[in-house]
Amino acid sequence: MTEIASGPVASTLGGPALAGALEWAARRAEGLVIPLAALIVGMALFSIFIMLLGKSPAQLFDLMWRGGFGSWFSVQNTLSRAAPLLLAALCVALPARLGLVVIGGEGAIVLGGVAAAAMAVLVQGAPALIGVILMGIAGAVAGGVWIGAVGALRHYRAVNETISSLLMAYIAIALMNHLVEGPLRDPASLNKPSTHPMDPAFVVGAVPGMDVHWGLVAGIIACVISWILIEKTRWGFAARIAGGNVRAAQVQGLAVGPLIVGFCALAGAFAGLAGMIEVAAVQGNANASLASGYGYTGILVAFLARHNPLAIIPVAILLGGIDASGGLLQRRMDLPDATVQVLQGMIFIVILFSETFYGRLRVFNPDLWKRPA
Amino acid sequence: MTDRLMFSRRQILKTSAAGAVLGFAPSLLPVRSAFAAGATIGFIYVGPKDDYGYNQAHAEGAAVLKGMEGISIIEEENVPETVDVQKTMESMINLDGATMLFPTSFGYFDPHMLAMCEKFPEIRFRHCGGMWSEGKHPKNAGSYFGYIGQGQYLNGVAAGHATKTKKIGFVAAKPIPQVLLNINSFLLGARSVDPAITCQVIFTGEWSLAVKEAEATNALVDQGADVITCHVDSPKVVVETAAGRGTFICGYHANQSPLAPEKYLTGAEWNWANIYKMYVEKLVAGEELPNFTRGGLADGFVKMSPLGSGVSEAARAQFDGTLAEIMKGGFSVIKGPLNNNKGEVVATEGQAFVETAIELESMDYLVEGVVGSTS
Repeated sequence: MTEIASGPVASTLGGPALAGALEWAARRAEGLVIPLAALIVGMALFSIFIMLLGKSPAQLFDLMWRGGFGSWFSVQNTLSRAAPLLLAALCVALPARLGLVVIGGEGAIVLGGVAAAAMAVLVQGAPALIGVILMGIAGAVAGGVWIGAVGALRHYRAVNETISSLLMAYIAIALMNHLVEGPLRDPASLNKPSTHPMDPAFVVGAVPGMDVHWGLVAGIIACVISWILIEKTRWGFAARIAGGNVRAAQVQGLAVGPLIVGFCALAGAFAGLAGMIEVAAVQGNANASLASGYGYTGILVAFLARHNPLAIIPVAILLGGIDASGGLLQRRMDLPDATVQVLQGMIFIVILFSETFYGRLRVFNPDLWKRPA
Repeated sequence: MTDRLMFSRRQILKTSAAGAVLGFAPSLLPVRSAFAAGATIGFIYVGPKDDYGYNQAHAEGAAVLKGMEGISIIEEENVPETVDVQKTMESMINLDGATMLFPTSFGYFDPHMLAMCEKFPEIRFRHCGGMWSEGKHPKNAGSYFGYIGQGQYLNGVAAGHATKTKKIGFVAAKPIPQVLLNINSFLLGARSVDPAITCQVIFTGEWSLAVKEAEATNALVDQGADVITCHVDSPKVVVETAAGRGTFICGYHANQSPLAPEKYLTGAEWNWANIYKMYVEKLVAGEELPNFTRGGLADGFVKMSPLGSGVSEAARAQFDGTLAEIMKGGFSVIKGPLNNNKGEVVATEGQAFVETAIELESMDYLVEGVVGSTS
């Protein structure tokens, strides 16, 4: 979805300027209307599914609204759940702009968490800010190396990045289990093997006035930075070229290798940071609960956002809301948890299908206006 | 915080105020009316509540409360041990007016449940796992847990009679004290029948990982094990895989006999219905709730599945005899002379550890006869 000719066409006459504005609006609207329509179609399909179960879709959507967004408590609930998804989704979205499908962000999250917890023990007693920064660096480096390696394997050894990142996620989880149950284990953690608890001074607290930790802010900042990187810098431009056609990029003399490894490493660093935040803001140490599937939900978020870092923010909030309301659906309508997964799956499929409409719908594509239907 | 916490006035005011302000009234009505008559109690599970295992055992306990006058039960399954469970607890309190919560997974306790205990001092929390300790943890929190090792010992007795190869197998999640005690108990139960029996153990590393559980089960059968048991969250995969390979099975957590009626010998099950009923009866009567409660077979915290058709007469006799012995109390599974499988002494002649012994809580060994390693 590279928008090359997106500005209004400069003109001195009123007519062409209006036409230009229309064209501009049409191109912009495409990216908004198609996902929204897909969302509505997904919800409609889900309604049929709910009716087949003998339940009322009206009640369901009412509850989803209340559970996800209908009150200040629900909004905070939604944002808390969205926070880790922002960084996890970036781990998919950034390599995707280079044409790589990296689905192993879970591994980077888990290792980032372990590295951060280990760092916290190492620098115990340090001033809080320094401790937190060092934990963040440890998490980001661990995640960055992990996914950076996926990029390097891809570029230098032609190993399929989708498979390798997924397999490396399994290795990362096994490695975490080994470290948490072995060398890094707090002997006091008997039946739930964990690392030593971190210095309470390093706890990352809540955003003032909200019951949501700072991970949300970190995630939003990371999304904005990623958007600027991709849309406004020469590296981002080079990445988009390479993502469109690697050969063409190489012919142009772009350093595709460092670009791929760099983007993957940055993606992994964001995921590692998500793991660090999970440790510093929620768990207080590293343990098996770090592998709770944020990395996989992140894939869904990134694809729904069409790998646009800014779009990740609303999509993560939407999925956070669906997740937050899932509990209410279970409690009030006696629906199994799998219901929410069915909804997510349906939305995912419809959005993927909707990809085929980009550039083909007359109304959104000014290039087609001039041609006869 | 009041001890007579059938429902607190503040909670009702808060809920109805929230309801009025946000237009919640229609959907809250049924809950509120039930709530006014008694109490709303929330159960939170880490996996599906029909998993034939850990979560189902709790859900079966919760289901018993559904028939109680004035009590409404709300449940949520598949809640991960992250900020999600904190928000689920808050949501149950804020939106459903729950006044007592049972977050049932071990990993919910620290930091998640403790954070909520602090935030909602008038709500009661009871956690499955036995981690609450006086002075260290808040008063509105508490723990309940069962000693299920002797159930695995009885599984071992049944297995010891059923095995022909003298090899039995154990699919285990993680090498933590609770699991190690179960493995050791299973082997020692079998050895009470025939001291030549060995037990191969395979650790999957995860509480719930179906593929590895199936692989582990197949590997055990390939190595000659002809009775299999397990300690993973959902024994379903192990039971079905083992039955498919024609071996006998001893269950764990809940009753898995419907999955393999011919091959199911018996099983060590949680009896949470007893515990949940106790809590709720006290709650309704306005009595003090215990902060810490534990027990085993003799105390009704644990029960055995009915013996299956594969259990011989001789096995039944020894099983019943051992069970009667256990029900008297003071029974020890771990007693000397006993070595671990590295040849080091873990109990000397005359030394015996009853199920409540504190030493068992930090078990880090596999006894002689168990083939496998803790690391």
